[in-house]
Amino acid sequence: MSAPLPALIRDGKLAANDWHSVADDAALPAAGKAIVSLKRWRAEKDALAASGLTLGVRIPNTDEVTPALAQELSGLPLVAVEIPKFADGRAYSQARVLRERYGYAGEIRAQGDVLHDQLFHMSRCGINAFELRADQDPQDCLKAFGDYDLAYQHGADRMGTVWERRRAQR
Amino acid sequence: MYRYDELDQRLVDERVAQYRDQTERYLAGKLSEEEFRSLRLRNGLYIQRFAPMLRIAVPYGLLSSRQLRMLGHIARTYDKGYGHVSTRQNIQFNWPKLEQVPDILADLASVQMHAIQTSGNCIRNITADHLAGAAADELLDPRPYCEITRQWATFHPEFNWLPRKFKIAFSSSTKDRAATAVHDIGVHIVRNEAGELGYSIFVGGGLGRMPMLAHKIRAFLPELDLFSYLEAILRVYNRLGRRDNIHRARIKVLVKSLGPARFTELVEAEWAELKDSYLKLLPEDLERIKTRFDQHAYKPEGEADDGSLERQLAADSRFAAWAKRNLRAHRQPGYGVVFVSLKASGTAPGDVTDSQFEALADLADQYAFGELRTTHDQNMVLADVAKKDVYALWRKLDALGLATPNIGLLTDMICCPGLDFCSLANAGSIGVAQDIYDLFENLDYQHDIGELKIKMSGCMNGCGHHTVGHIGILGVDKHGEEWYQVTLGGSAENDAALGDRTGPSISRAGIAEAVKKIIDVYLEQREGEEETFLSAYRRVGMAPFKARLYSGAEADAEVEA
Repeated sequence: MSAPLPALIRDGKLAANDWHSVADDAALPAAGKAIVSLKRWRAEKDALAASGLTLGVRIPNTDEVTPALAQELSGLPLVAVEIPKFADGRAYSQARVLRERYGYAGEIRAQGDVLHDQLFHMSRCGINAFELRADQDPQDCLKAFGDYDLAYQHGADRMGTVWERRRAQR
Repeated sequence: MYRYDELDQRLVDERVAQYRDQTERYLAGKLSEEEFRSLRLRNGLYIQRFAPMLRIAVPYGLLSSRQLRMLGHIARTYDKGYGHVSTRQNIQFNWPKLEQVPDILADLASVQMHAIQTSGNCIRNITADHLAGAAADELLDPRPYCEITRQWATFHPEFNWLPRKFKIAFSSSTKDRAATAVHDIGVHIVRNEAGELGYSIFVGGGLGRMPMLAHKIRAFLPELDLFSYLEAILRVYNRLGRRDNIHRARIKVLVKSLGPARFTELVEAEWAELKDSYLKLLPEDLERIKTRFDQHAYKPEGEADDGSLERQLAADSRFAAWAKRNLRAHRQPGYGVVFVSLKASGTAPGDVTDSQFEALADLADQYAFGELRTTHDQNMVLADVAKKDVYALWRKLDALGLATPNIGLLTDMICCPGLDFCSLANAGSIGVAQDIYDLFENLDYQHDIGELKIKMSGCMNGCGHHTVGHIGILGVDKHGEEWYQVTLGGSAENDAALGDRTGPSISRAGIAEAVKKIIDVYLEQREGEEETFLSAYRRVGMAPFKARLYSGAEADAEVEA
């Protein structure tokens, strides 16, 4: 618990980060909110339920978001997706499927190599919370959400697509 | 020409501002080299051997005269006075300054141009037949479909960080002039038996170090389902494509490793979830795009063709020699398609100077409804020229050095920038092209040889499409020396095929002469002038070519361990 928690942006604003990400071989905190891996969550379900902790689950970015996985995650307040390197785009598809197809309503949080210039597209895919890499300037990062005010594609931000605007112009 | 609406324009303007901010953060030391690299690549900016190279998108190869003038301005103001047509119909500048790129983008945005997604592991420029709208064998003009696909792909939030680059090409004609078989996705616009419009979808073609031809994964996709199906393919690829090895990361490797049948199943399952969503197009969406393309007011045949062309062809043999190669039929009676050759001796294939850009803009305005196209074999096309104007146009092109009568002939070579510019290249290609040019410059000789596509790349990445050249030449580095592998029998058209290697690679000093030997064997072997190089090769096979190239007296070929 000694390392400071990463700076957090949630729903377009700087926010206090009250979730602890717990490695598989680390002890659980005594109380509060903890993010554990999907593997650990499955293996220690009963113990975790009895711990009194508020739990979120981190899914590997190699997993497909199947109906079964979506069902498993559906009641959780938080699902974390992994960005092992900023150029790895798998979590974008996971988030989009989880939000759009399965209507997941909790927080989807990006962890890892989370950088200024990726925030806008991540948020359009349904990721609404971002644990910034330590070297990022959180204030500066907030600007990224304003890079564009319209898009050709539907997004979780409900920005209104170019197609919809054109249809409305008739 | 597709004319942006205010929304298209706003997105491009916002992109200029975003990229300006990224450049400033990089110059201020707030963005690492590696992170900025990914961002600048998504904007077509490479750091090359001597200077950055900026690749500007030319969607489906279509340019207006206004855009041509802007390219001339950019060549003069920010570059050393020339630009270069790439094998994906884009324009590249070889000498811009990194800190000036935001200004170049702002200039481009003022004429509805950009450099969005011209590099990086994302969906690249959408390409099409350079004869779209003019070809007689076309079902319909594919460019509105390319344009909606361009819009779908532009800043797609989910597919901006793919395992590798992703290229889509459209064809809607009986003869495939867009090389769709060697694209990540090839879309053929077709009608089904019920007469409905739709697409056949091909996936997993590509060049580079593992050349493969695409597999047809769907025979008929209804017209309004284009976005959902593309999205299904891209999602399967984004999820399962390899990210551990850059050389195994293209979708072709995924299709091969899963097998086309299993890959298709995955796509179809994903599509079943997507097809009835907001991704379904409305007929009015397509109509609106189509109405934003300029329609040409063709003159009646009698007015467009006053009979003078026939007389001029008979009277001027130089003109007739040019017309034989560089003037092609148009489906509109009274009109012709004029090819602008960018393959003059002494210039790098595909290069255009600032003043040529501007002169071409004037010619396009005067003779071709203000439009010009780039071709994937690095030439240009004025597609809609009234026959009565062809002679005057030829004289002007000739004066500009743009009337070399060699379209489709041996010296109409495709050639990447090679070691002269590119930091990836292992060997030079422009110099080899010139050596070959010098051996074959005699036009009668070239005519005798007939249709021949020589394609040359300076490295395995295959930007010069060497694997689908009738004769392919690939530069390789051997102990610090430039050597060349030769392939025969490739094609990127309907009879698409990957070329076969002749044998050990050939030295820089011997490569042009090797091409000469290959041509000699063809001329000896062919059954009459009608038999093209490709047909002859397919009939007689590799043996006679190999025998000549590697005969005992010719010790030029390196024997590989």
